Amino acid sequence: MTSPEPTSGGAAERLAAACFLLATAAAIGLAVVYWRGGQTQLEGIMLAVALGGIGMGIVVVAKAFLPDEEATEAREPLASPEAEVAKLTADLESGEAPVARRRVLVASLGAALTALGASLLFPIRSLGPRPGRGLKTTPYEGGRKRVVRADGTPVRPADLPEDGVITVWPEGHTDAADAPTLLIHVRPNQGFRPRPGREGWTIGNIVAYSKICTHVGCPVGLYQAAEGLLLCPCHQSTFNVLEGARPIFGPAARSLPQLPLALDAAGYIVATGDFSDPVGPGFWDRER
Amino acid sequence: MSRTTRARRAKREPVGRWIDDRLGVAKLARTALNKVFPDHWSFMIGELGLYSFVILVLTGAYLTFFFRASTTEVTYAGSYDALRGVRMTEAYRSALDISFDVRAGLLMRQIHHWAALLFLASIVVHLGRVFFTGAFRRPREINWMVGVTLLILAIFNGFAGYSLLDDQLSGTGLRIAYSIALSIPVAGTWITSLLFGGEFPGPDIINRLYVIHILIIPAIITVLLTVHLAIVVRHKHTQFPGPGRREDNVVGERMWPTYAAKATGLFFLTAAVVCFLGGVFQINPIWIYGPFDAAQVSSASQPDWYMGWLDGALRIMPGWEIRAFGFEIPNPFFPGVLLAGLTFGLLFAWPFLEARVTGDHGEHHIDDRPRQRPVRTALGVATIAFYVILFLGAGADVLSTTFGLSVNSVLWTFRFAVFVAPVVAGSVTYRLCRELCRRDGLPMASKVSWGEIPSRLLGRHRPPDASPHPAEPDEPMPTHDELV
Ligand code: FES
Repeated sequence: MTSPEPTSGGAAERLAAACFLLATAAAIGLAVVYWRGGQTQLEGIMLAVALGGIGMGIVVVAKAFLPDEEATEAREPLASPEAEVAKLTADLESGEAPVARRRVLVASLGAALTALGASLLFPIRSLGPRPGRGLKTTPYEGGRKRVVRADGTPVRPADLPEDGVITVWPEGHTDAADAPTLLIHVRPNQGFRPRPGREGWTIGNIVAYSKICTHVGCPVGLYQAAEGLLLCPCHQSTFNVLEGARPIFGPAARSLPQLPLALDAAGYIVATGDFSDPVGPGFWDRER
Repeated sequence: MSRTTRARRAKREPVGRWIDDRLGVAKLARTALNKVFPDHWSFMIGELGLYSFVILVLTGAYLTFFFRASTTEVTYAGSYDALRGVRMTEAYRSALDISFDVRAGLLMRQIHHWAALLFLASIVVHLGRVFFTGAFRRPREINWMVGVTLLILAIFNGFAGYSLLDDQLSGTGLRIAYSIALSIPVAGTWITSLLFGGEFPGPDIINRLYVIHILIIPAIITVLLTVHLAIVVRHKHTQFPGPGRREDNVVGERMWPTYAAKATGLFFLTAAVVCFLGGVFQINPIWIYGPFDAAQVSSASQPDWYMGWLDGALRIMPGWEIRAFGFEIPNPFFPGVLLAGLTFGLLFAWPFLEARVTGDHGEHHIDDRPRQRPVRTALGVATIAFYVILFLGAGADVLSTTFGLSVNSVLWTFRFAVFVAPVVAGSVTYRLCRELCRRDGLPMASKVSWGEIPSRLLGRHRPPDASPHPAEPDEPMPTHDELV
């Protein structure tokens, strides 16, 4: 780059001044837009022009008028000279040596600091409860509970047409994050096979599975009735409803837990207990 | 001296004098102003990160005046018709209010989000620049590690930021994060319980994330950024080879006035760009997603770009997990914790691993040209290819619907590509580097045979000659002109 010529200097000066004036106008414009009720797009553009004008102007000034010569600076060695290090070591040792010799002092101070450090960790325990059985249970636990829709209404088998799916919760717990359940009415000719030991868990062809994906807990949303497959929208895990919601594709490694169903005296669907397995994503001692 | 300058000087002097009388900093200030910075466009990428951080702090401070990090249930009564009367948390309502009822609030929110994307982007590109030019070598290993730490903090803070709003999308993201943390062997259930204040969704998480997002991590970032820059000042910036450029000097522009002016200009221009984006391009329209509901599906939810690789890894991972003796290591542990741990662990260790393998423990202030280090460059490109495939994998569902393919076949393609693409990209890069060096007549780094690498990594290697600095292109390259 050469040093700027006087003529181009004049042009550059005009250009830079124009940038600054444009910025001024945009800033005033921003104030007006804001004052008159605000409008996001206009505000953004005005702000951008105001900032950009100033930036451009400065860059023009820097290129046209400010010195452009190459400078060289020496790079001194980083490491300190031996003598300097030796002196520092000596200084440090003047404080260290008298103490370090006294073993009892060092050991007891070490013990005090360790104990203090450890005791300062205790308040962390206050942050949350001990992870207990809560991870393995849901509000379905402990006896028969009606299943209800989001608005709290109970469900009769007749409410569910073939291929129909609805999301239900245990009565009184429609806000529990681990309780959303899918009631699915599979077609009789689809060859639904209950898991051994769960023959009585369905009502006719209505079967209930946890809606919480066993991968990382997204709600399993899509029911492809023709194949009897449940699809998780998050990472495309696919569960086969006809075979105990076994995962057949994707990252999920465990079946969706099943909920035992029955009918109460009034003909509404109830859950006779909690899910077959802990709901949702896995954890270290899930099976313990 | 003309009369006007003298008059101006007389007016200015008392202030400077007043300060110097009390602090005695004239010499220090002059040294600072005369500092030399090598000039290269790629050295400004890190600056972009610094500037976006400043913008993040400014816009973020504004947003805190209106945001309420509370999960108390309220009924929306603001000016967005579609959600009026809907039950939601106070956090989500205040985010809606910022978007609709606080004048310039939406602008600030969107600038904040765009600046965060730019912040992460410039950190990653800057990291790439430092990697491919070998600017992490001695004496800069410490600063490299500070930089990697900043990257991790920035990712965490970005995630914490968009998880605060408690909309459907961020709630889903939070649930995924919860499950990943839950998958950690032995400690997972404790970690999540302490962090969330109980089982998901946990009563405390929004409030805690807020403190983490606006205080704890920004404070650490500020300190580390200061350290990062202080170390750059101490070391003086690296430079590309060129005429008069040696290991024991710095050739470039003085801090004052030109460099400072350009840097200031760049700050304003960066701010202009994010303000334009924030004003004109809608980002994270939380009012469309609705309030978080644990039973509600949000399909095709995509995280911010810097989390994409993690999401892709979660998808691509086959459904395996380890179960033994009644204990299990759940599936998300491998892509979610192990992969991230390996990624950042390797990044931290890279300067030391490379020095061990090459046996080059000397100081370097002249940057490599990537082609002169075919192996490093190839490994870098292979790594990028790996993460790009993971990133694309996060869009597997979108890809399959867009192109009418089955999700299964798309995912299987990614499962293969994640291994094949790095190998292909790496070996093509390697060839290319060697070819370019041959064409330019550049010396190349001395070769280390693959078989030697394990013994070198373990530190059992004895170099044939006893010289501490094996043949390395420390000296400026012969073909200066085209390097500048
Ligand atoms: S949460 Fe269902 S596939 Fe990941």
